[in-house]
Amino acid sequence: MKQYVIIGNGAAAAGCIEGIRAVDTAGSITVISAEQHPVYCRPLISYYLQHKTDLQRMRYRSETFYADNHVSVAFGRTAIEISADTKEITLDSGEIIAYDALCVCTGSSPFVPPMQGLETVEKQFAFMTVDDALAIEQAVTPESNVLIIGAGLIGLKCAEGLHGRAGSITVCDLAPRVLSSILDDKCAAMMQKHLEANGIRFLLGTSAKEFRGSKAVMQSGETVDFDVLVLAVGVRANTALVKNAGGDVNRGILTDDACKTSLPDVYAAGDCTEYHDISSDSVKVMALMPNAYMQGHTAGVNMAGGAAVFDNAIPMNSIGFFGLHCHTAGTQPDGCEMYEEADETHIKRLFVKNDRLTGFMLIGHMHRTGIYTALIRNQTPLSSVDFARLRIEPQLAAMGADYREHVLKGAV
Amino acid sequence: MKRIYVKEEWCLGCRLCEYNCAFANSGMTDMVKALRGKEIHPRIQVETDADGITYAVSCRHCTDPICVKSCIAGAISKKDGVIEIDHSKCVGCLTCVLVCPYGCVVEDEGGAAQKCELCMKNTCGAPACVKGCPNGAIVYEERGEAE
Amino acid sequence: MNFYPEFEVVRNDSRCIRCRVCERQCANEVHWYDADGKVMLSDESKCVNCQRCVTLCPTRALKIVKSDCRLRENANYSDQTIKEIYRQAETGGVLLSSMGNPNPLPVYWDKILINASQVTNPPIDPLREPMETRVFLGKKPEHITRNADGTLNTQLAPQLTLSMPVMFSAMSYGSISYNAHASLARAASALGICYNTGEGGLHEDFYKYGKNTIVQVASGRFGVHKDYLEAGAAIEIKMGQGAKPGIGGHLPGTKAVGDVAKTRMIPEGSDAISPAPHHDIYSIEDLRQLVYSLKEATEYRLPVIVKVAAVHNIAAIASGIARSGADIIAIDGFRGGTGAAPTRIRDNDGIPIEPALAAVDKRLRDEGIRNNVSIVCGGSVRSASDVVKAIALGADACYIATAACLAMGCHLCRSCHTGKCNWGIATQRPDLVKRLNPDIGSQRLINLMDAWRHEIKELMGGMGINSIEALRGNRLMLRGVGLTEKELEILGIAHAGE
Repeated sequence: MKQYVIIGNGAAAAGCIEGIRAVDTAGSITVISAEQHPVYCRPLISYYLQHKTDLQRMRYRSETFYADNHVSVAFGRTAIEISADTKEITLDSGEIIAYDALCVCTGSSPFVPPMQGLETVEKQFAFMTVDDALAIEQAVTPESNVLIIGAGLIGLKCAEGLHGRAGSITVCDLAPRVLSSILDDKCAAMMQKHLEANGIRFLLGTSAKEFRGSKAVMQSGETVDFDVLVLAVGVRANTALVKNAGGDVNRGILTDDACKTSLPDVYAAGDCTEYHDISSDSVKVMALMPNAYMQGHTAGVNMAGGAAVFDNAIPMNSIGFFGLHCHTAGTQPDGCEMYEEADETHIKRLFVKNDRLTGFMLIGHMHRTGIYTALIRNQTPLSSVDFARLRIEPQLAAMGADYREHVLKGAV
Repeated sequence: MKRIYVKEEWCLGCRLCEYNCAFANSGMTDMVKALRGKEIHPRIQVETDADGITYAVSCRHCTDPICVKSCIAGAISKKDGVIEIDHSKCVGCLTCVLVCPYGCVVEDEGGAAQKCELCMKNTCGAPACVKGCPNGAIVYEERGEAE
Repeated sequence: MNFYPEFEVVRNDSRCIRCRVCERQCANEVHWYDADGKVMLSDESKCVNCQRCVTLCPTRALKIVKSDCRLRENANYSDQTIKEIYRQAETGGVLLSSMGNPNPLPVYWDKILINASQVTNPPIDPLREPMETRVFLGKKPEHITRNADGTLNTQLAPQLTLSMPVMFSAMSYGSISYNAHASLARAASALGICYNTGEGGLHEDFYKYGKNTIVQVASGRFGVHKDYLEAGAAIEIKMGQGAKPGIGGHLPGTKAVGDVAKTRMIPEGSDAISPAPHHDIYSIEDLRQLVYSLKEATEYRLPVIVKVAAVHNIAAIASGIARSGADIIAIDGFRGGTGAAPTRIRDNDGIPIEPALAAVDKRLRDEGIRNNVSIVCGGSVRSASDVVKAIALGADACYIATAACLAMGCHLCRSCHTGKCNWGIATQRPDLVKRLNPDIGSQRLINLMDAWRHEIKELMGGMGINSIEALRGNRLMLRGVGLTEKELEILGIAHAGE
C-alpha cells in the first residue's frame, strides 16, 4: 500500500487527492495543513467579506471529503524539511512522515517590501487566508479608514470586500494603473473609473515611503491617514522546502508536464510552482486556482502510477468588481495584431499573432468567453475557423461544421 | 448516460428552446409572469452559422469537465454524469464562463453562473428545451457513448 | 384595389413576451418587432391564416380572426364574389386556388348513417375477436379453375395488398416537399399500405419504399422510366383529378429546382406542364394500349390503376376502364384537394364522390364485370366512418390526401399555390421544408391510420361484420337522412326508418 503525502491543503492538494483516488483507492494519504481550516479557495475571502459566502459554504468540498477519500489531515502543522534520499518529511512538531510519493502544494506567501516604520502600524494585515479575512473583519469598523497597498487582484478584491464595511478605502500602487499584471492601460482605466464610482480612492504611481503610526507618507509627499493597513503588494511562491532538499527552483518550483519536480517521487502543484505557459511559450509562475487544481490532479494521477499530463496551461483570470466583470487570458505578445471593440460599458481586445489567438482582455460583456479561451488553449489556427465572425461573438457556429458535429453529436 | 443532442437538420431557429429554458428555470408557474418584460438568460443558446444553419447549444456534461476543475468555490460538481452548480456556494466569479470551451456556462440575471442541469432541479421533469421543440431538433437520449 | 385584410392578427399584449417566434416562423412576414416601441407589430394583409404563429406562440398571446370588415351585404354577390371580380378586373388572370373546394356543397357522407347490430345479429367486440381489415386490390377470378392434374389454380392477377383499406393518394414531389414525401413513404411502409408518387417521379432516396409505393404515369410522363415503373407496387395512370377534371397540371419553373427537376427529368427552372389529355389516349382502346404497355414493361407483375375524376358519365367511363385491362379504378370526387387549380374549375367541375362511387359499383355489377377491377375512391374521405361508408357503397379502398396533409401539420389555409407553406409541406423553400421532420410527420401519419383502423374495426364490429370483404358493397348497412328519392336511388340505399 502506497503512502502519499501532500504538503499543503489548498485547491492543488484537493486536486491531488482526487487525482490519486482516481487511480488508487487503497493507498494512504496524509495532508499537512498549516491552516486550521478544511480546504477552501483563497479567492473566496473577499466574497466572505461581502457576505456572498460564509465559512460553511466556503468549504471547497463536502464535510465528508477527507473521510470519503480516506485522507488523514494534520491541521496546524507545517513541514519543515524534505529528505529526498530517505523519502521522509519532518514536521514542525518533530514528527517524521515517510512517503512513497510526495506532492508539494505549499502555495505562496505575501511579499512585503521593506517599508520604513511599518512596525509602528498597529492594525496591519495581509489578505491571503481566511484567518486574515477574519482578523480584518474584526479590525474594520464603519468609521475605519482603510489603506490598501497594492492595486492588484488581491488588493482590489479586498477593497471590494470592505466596501460598505469601512468609512473610506484608499488603494495605492507603484504601478501607474490598476490590475497592472493583467490589464493594459485602456482596460485598467475603465476598471479604475468603475471602482472610483463605487467610492474607492486611488493613489497610483506611488507607494508608501514611510509609516508613522496611523499616517502613511507617500513617495509623492502626500500623506494618508488610516486606521487599518492591508498589505497586498504581491506574493512569492513558497519554494524553500524543495530548494533546501536540493530540488530545482527558480521563482517557483520547477515542474514538468507531469507536475514532477527534479526530486525523485516529489511532485509539486499550485501557486508554489512555475510551469510552461503555452500562450507565450515561456515558463512562469501562474498563481491561478484552475491551474492549481489541474496540476494537483495531474500530480495525483501520476503519483498513483497513472499517466497524466498538464501541458496546456495558460494564464487566465476572471475577476469582477461591483458588477463589472473582466476576463483575461493568454498574453499580448510583441508584434501582435489587436482586434478591438469598445464603448462606454465594455471593451473587447483580442490579440492575434502567427494565425493564433494568443490572448484577450474583456471587460463588461462576459458571454461565452470560454470559446476564446479554448482557441488559445488549443492553439487553434485561426485560418481554420471563421475568425471574422468569432471575434464579433464567440460561437461554435464559426468553428466549422466538423467541430460542431464533434461537440454536439457525441460525448466530449 | 442520457444526453441532450441536437439535430441541426431539423432546427428551425425559432428559439423556443431558449424561452422554454428560461421559463423552466424561473421557478414560476406562468410563462407570461416569468418572462414578460424581461431579458431572458437561457441556459441553451441558438446559434446560426454562415450558411444560415441553426442549432441549439447547451452543456455537454463533459467527460473531463474543466468547469468543475476551475470553480474556485467548489460549487460545480458532476454527479451521475450530470454537471450541476450548487447555487448556494457560487459567488459569481464567472471563472467557469471563462473556461467552458463550448460557451455553455452563462451568467444568470443575478450575475451568478448557471448552466443546463437537464431540468433535474426544476419542476419540469424532463429537459424543457426537448419537450418544447416543435420539430424534434433537440433530443434527450442514450447513445451508448463511452464516457 | 386595396381591401381591408381578410384576417386580423389579435395579439394579447399582456401575454406577449416578445420572444419573436411568430416573426421567425411566418414565411409571409406578417409579424415584426419594433425595437423602439419594444412591441410586436403585424402586417395583416399578408396573413393567410395558416395558424403557424398561433400554434407556436408559447404564451397563447396570438389569435387570427376573420375580419368583420365587409362590403355591403348581398346574398347574390357575396363579399368573396365581388373581391374576385375586383382582382380579375385588376389582373386579367385566372383565379387560382389550393386544396379542396371549401364551398358549402353537399357532403353525402354526412347524410348517410351506418347500421349497428342489436339482439338478433350480435355485434362483435374487436378487442376480443379477430377482425380482418386487410384488402387485396386487383382483378379477381370469376370462377375457380383447376390445373390439368386437378389441383386448384391459384394463379391470380397481380394484387396490391393493404393492411387496411386506406392509401395516401397522389401528391407529387414538387407540389409537396421532400420531407412530406419521406413522411408518407415511411408511414406507408410501416403501416403496410401505399402512398403515391403523383406525377413528379420518385426521388432516388425513396426507391427503398417501393413495396409501398404506387408510381404514377400522367399526361406529362414526367419522371417515368423503366426503373421507376419497376420500383413500385402498382402503376397508376392518371387520367384526371377530382379537383380539376379536364385540365392538366402546371408546376411553375420556380418550383422545379434541384432534385425536383432531376426527379421529373426536366431542366431545372423549366415549367412542368402536364397536358389536359394524354395525347396518346382518345379511346378506351388507346387506354388499353397504355395499360398493356406498362404491364409489358413490368412483366405483368404489377397491377395497373386508372385514376379518373368523378364526372357526369363516370359509370360508363368506369365500365370502359374495367374492360381496358386495368386492375384497379380510382375515382376522385370533386371535393378532392390540389396543390393549385383554377378556382372556377375546382369549384364547379365534376361530381361528388359518393354518387359517383355508388353509380360505378352498380354499373359494374350490372354488367357483370365488377370482379374485373377493384375500386378505390378519393376526394374528401375525412374519417374512419367515411371509409366505412365508402366501402359499404362499393369501394375496395379509399385514397386520402387532405387528411394525410393535416396529419403532417397542414392547417388548410389553402395557400399551397404560393409555395410558402409554413408547415413545410407544399413548399420547396429549404428553410420551410425542414419544418416537417419526417420522424414526426411519419409518426403522426401512423398514429392517424392506427386510430382509423381501430375505428373501422369498431364500426364493423358494431354491424356484426368481422371482415372488410364482407362490408364491401353492403349497402344494406347504410341509410340516408334528408336525401331525396333520386339521391337515395343513385346511392342505392334506403332512407332511415325504411
